Amino acid sequence: MANQLDPQNNTLPDATSVPLDRIDLSDPRLYSQHRWPEYFRRVRDEDPVHFLEDSPFGPFWSITRFEDIVAVDTNHEVFSAEPFIMIGDPEPDLPLENFIAMDPPKHDVQRAAVQPVVAPRNLSAMEGLIRERIGVILDNLPLNESFDWVSRVSVELTSQMLATIFDFPYEDRHKLPYWSDIATGAPELSGGTADKEERNAALQDMAETFSKMWFQKAALREAGHEPTFDLISLMEANADTRDMINRPAEFLGNLGLLIVGGNDTTRNSITGSVLAMNMFPGELEKLKHNPDLIPSMVSEIIRWQTPLSYMRRIAKSDFNLNGKLIKKGDKVVMWYISGNRDERVIDNPDKVIIDRPRVRQHLSFGMGIHRCMGNRLGEMQLRITWEEILKRFDNIEVLKQPERVHSNFVNGYVNMQVKVIPKAS
Amino acid sequence: MIELTFIEHNGEVHNVRAAPGTNLMQAALDNNVPGIDADCGGSCACGTCHVFIDTSWMDKAGKPSESECAMLEMTPEKNEMSRLACQITVETPLNGLVVKLPEFQM
Repeated sequence: MANQLDPQNNTLPDATSVPLDRIDLSDPRLYSQHRWPEYFRRVRDEDPVHFLEDSPFGPFWSITRFEDIVAVDTNHEVFSAEPFIMIGDPEPDLPLENFIAMDPPKHDVQRAAVQPVVAPRNLSAMEGLIRERIGVILDNLPLNESFDWVSRVSVELTSQMLATIFDFPYEDRHKLPYWSDIATGAPELSGGTADKEERNAALQDMAETFSKMWFQKAALREAGHEPTFDLISLMEANADTRDMINRPAEFLGNLGLLIVGGNDTTRNSITGSVLAMNMFPGELEKLKHNPDLIPSMVSEIIRWQTPLSYMRRIAKSDFNLNGKLIKKGDKVVMWYISGNRDERVIDNPDKVIIDRPRVRQHLSFGMGIHRCMGNRLGEMQLRITWEEILKRFDNIEVLKQPERVHSNFVNGYVNMQVKVIPKAS
Repeated sequence: MIELTFIEHNGEVHNVRAAPGTNLMQAALDNNVPGIDADCGGSCACGTCHVFIDTSWMDKAGKPSESECAMLEMTPEKNEMSRLACQITVETPLNGLVVKLPEFQM
């Protein structure tokens, strides 16, 4: 385990030289060193429903092909999302409960309470504001000199958006991605590098901040103010979630879920889109000649990036999948990152092809009742970002290989140095 | 062939002909009817082929399965006419069916 957690340990062997039954797809170095493609390719070909007896996260099944992932993700009778959807189990001293890790019927009512804030009808009302904010961020970038795209653009943009849908104090918005990163960054959950004490302090700060916001909003409502349209107000307005403040594990868990859901995902897809346009310059040319391809390009990037690598389930009964017997109680990890590279379903899956047929048919949002709730918000942020980029810039040059997140859950970037080349006017 | 009418949210009408045995989602895609995303390709797993079927056609279109109901619960635009187009098989009794499309897919 100590070995696995050291991001500096660069001794990952060639995927073909590891005995098949020892391949550990939970090793976070596969992601921080971007070695996962070759490992998953081998497992998809040779042992697509793959059991690992011993890992830092205990024994677990890896589901690696597209069709098998859909079969598991849509079968919530057999495969439970409870108690948690990351590969490691949360600490018992810090209980968090949220609807992504609940089965019906509890899942259904809690999700329904907050779904409206990101429903397409409401998003179209937010489009102008999002465009304006993205425009300001892009207009303030230095031209023709090196800077970090992750912090200057991707993090800034997603924090602003989260602050908007939470009605969170704008000047404190940087706390949101910080809480998100540290929540998923625990070594025991994702193989990440978050310090336990720092993490507990951050989650405590998050709990206190949101409780305060909850009571402030409740007081304003009682004083006769019109409720604002944000996640906390929606939860307070809904009979099923109105008293959630009295269930601290659920309260903190659901707000944490919405922060993580709206943060890493979009942030890393935005960074990934810039990297992809550098790796596949022909696709950038296609996009410049035909900006109508932006929505299709957005779906292709979300597939190619797969910003969350997996979701996990627990089998509630024995189940035969593709010739393997998954036993009741077994841990099952659906590797979306691998299904999205499954050659059986997607042609040339490692390539970004922005006008690919059936481009929306990818696994990044999951399938079934836990399918991503904010998918349309994420797509919209990426679409507007690229609409505004194409108005201003000729190219965003990636200057060196990006630094990647050391986690088996968040497939993303810590830092990516770029240089922005403005359009010739 | 079976005749179907799709009406977009903006009122635009698409009259299409489909072979029996296909599903309503595929019939829309094959005839370039906009407004159906079909993100899962017809596995009842994404909810992005949401359509409205007039209640008078509901019996002929068949009852939604438990999993279809679960997916429909997730869309804020759901009403008593809601179905997922991928779960409706196009058969002779549906000849003349009118299908309305929502403003947004989820």
